[in-house]
Amino acid sequence: MSEKKVIDARGTFCPGPLMELIAGIKQSEVGEELEVLSSDEGSAKDIPEWVNKVGHDLVDNFESDGVWHVVVRKAK
Amino acid sequence: MKILIVGGGMGGTILANNLARRLKSELDHGAASITMLSASDKHMYQPGLLYVAFGRMAPDELYRDQQSLLEPAIHFHVDPVETFSLNENHVIAKSGKRYDYDIIVIATGSRAMPENIPGLAENSINVYTEQAALDFYKRLSEFEGGKVLVSVGVPHKCPMVPLEVTFMMYDFFKDRGMLDKVQLHYTYPIGRLHSLEPVGKWAQKEFDRLGVTYETLFNMKEVDGDKKVVYSEEGTEASYDLLVAVPPHKGMEVIESNGLGTAGWIPTDRHRLNVEGHINAFVLGDTTNLPISKAGSTAHFEAEALADNIASTVKIGTPVRDYDGKVFCFIEAGKEKATYAMFNYNNPPDPKPPTKSIHWFKMAYNQLYWASARGLL
Repeated sequence: MSEKKVIDARGTFCPGPLMELIAGIKQSEVGEELEVLSSDEGSAKDIPEWVNKVGHDLVDNFESDGVWHVVVRKAK
Repeated sequence: MKILIVGGGMGGTILANNLARRLKSELDHGAASITMLSASDKHMYQPGLLYVAFGRMAPDELYRDQQSLLEPAIHFHVDPVETFSLNENHVIAKSGKRYDYDIIVIATGSRAMPENIPGLAENSINVYTEQAALDFYKRLSEFEGGKVLVSVGVPHKCPMVPLEVTFMMYDFFKDRGMLDKVQLHYTYPIGRLHSLEPVGKWAQKEFDRLGVTYETLFNMKEVDGDKKVVYSEEGTEASYDLLVAVPPHKGMEVIESNGLGTAGWIPTDRHRLNVEGHINAFVLGDTTNLPISKAGSTAHFEAEALADNIASTVKIGTPVRDYDGKVFCFIEAGKEKATYAMFNYNNPPDPKPPTKSIHWFKMAYNQLYWASARGLL
């Protein structure tokens, strides 16, 4: 298992957490996990929506101290 | 104190000129020096390519001699860096010459990579190089009608381009009396029409009003030029008669080949702009891996903050301020209206309805840019 990549997208509006994840996944290998940190509550919904549509794996999705953590595994 | 700036684009040029003014006394007395290494003796105003693509600017309007933009005390060399040795505080340039430094700033920019999506480069047009913009105008002028598909790669430079190019095409075809023959179809990688939510909501109303159709959660996977279809990572497809791409971008190859950052983006501290793990190496503009807009204004505001910090480091031995994530983007909403989005790490944008006056301010800025590059604006 490779080390989990962290995408710190807190406090950013453009391109935003989901777009950062999409770019990050393109640079990753199948099986790798990426953890997106977001200060936008909407990330807890829109990232899983995209992950499900494309067919990657949603590993975790939780809020801690005002930061949303969404962990995704590249599946293909 | 030897200051070395690698890259002569917007960020590097604004930084160099700001520093040259702040450090005039130190430069005069030999206590500091500023050297810039660039791949070209020309400086291009990249946002002008959008206007070239619509026949509203000529390519030669976009260029100035780089030397002419720089304060006389700056040592400028067309000698692109090939090897970075951040632990030894030197670089080796194409000429073979070694340049030592006390502080280095890397501002090498980014490049459109349509070839990274199968079929995209040979079957689409874009506005990201001079030749591409000229080809864009030619293809648009020759277009006799059909479906124009706008498709957007990730990441991309200048986040407003997808919307701007769509609105400007609408007016282009309207002026030619062709709207009844053209269907504009816009796709976008995430679940709304723009990464900035208020901009996306505004664009959706405008698209509905203008009859521009759209599809979200659409990330290009490959293009079949024979069938004239774009297939998405999400399993959907979109047909086209003319494919307008906002290609995915990468940082420069020299960044990757030197192991400074995946895909050419250097890991960067979001406030101090130093290369992670190096206190005397800094990054500007598109070259950072920061999750903020890859735009000229980003490079501009980063350069101003970094100029303050490098100057204060020379003068008092310490940086004095943080970059706050400030970005300012004009948004052309057609050929004669525009708005803007301004935001930073803590404050979201609140774009206002487009007006003619903002459009004309943008037109003025296309000329004022040269004062901006000189560090005067």
